[in-house]
Amino acid sequence: MESWATLSGDIYRALADPTRRAILDELQERNGQTLFELCARLINKHGFSSSRQAVSQHLDVLEAAGLVRTRREGRYKFHDLDTSPLRTITDRWQLPTD
Amino acid sequence: MRINLASVWVDDQEKALRFYTDVLGFAKKTDVPTGEHRWLTVVSPEAPDGVELLLEPDAHPAARPLKEALVADGIPFTSFAVDDVHAEFDRLKGLGVTFTQEPADMGPVTTAVLDDTCGNLIMIAETNEPAA
Repeated sequence: MESWATLSGDIYRALADPTRRAILDELQERNGQTLFELCARLINKHGFSSSRQAVSQHLDVLEAAGLVRTRREGRYKFHDLDTSPLRTITDRWQLPTD
Repeated sequence: MRINLASVWVDDQEKALRFYTDVLGFAKKTDVPTGEHRWLTVVSPEAPDGVELLLEPDAHPAARPLKEALVADGIPFTSFAVDDVHAEFDRLKGLGVTFTQEPADMGPVTTAVLDDTCGNLIMIAETNEPAA
């Protein structure tokens, strides 16, 4: 397992893992998911066998890279997708204009 | 041997009885005083002789921290079967029920997760037809 320090804030490393990309796909489909919902989606829709703890660690990596934001609403904790860090990629390597 | 009872830990038995009957639609089966609490069970009206759900006081000091930790991560305490998750979601939303998960297709099942107002999250699940 990669350490927090090497991954912290690194968008490229955050995107390098297929489970983390699937998490982003599912949050794009519906924002505001609990850890439980994300785990259920990964297992049932993507066939991942990740433990809840592993998914929680993936979410920590995504949050450190700014791709996932968490918010507490009362007693619940929800995860939202934030794609704005992806702009640093296209700012660095321009997309074709047409 | 057979399973005849399942339980949920509730913070207030009278409030729980109202939620599980008036809102979810179960029927009271047994209500016996047991000292400071009650042996209080409900059943589905579709299966009055089926599994009983015990609305059990969460007075033990270990119960509430566990419940809070489960709720924070969105983990349901137990699950009930419904024929149509979307219809139940609409009906319960209309009654003011809070959901932490809207109806979502999870492959073999479609599920949603609601707050029972007694300190638990409850999943409702519909079995999906296998793909032809």
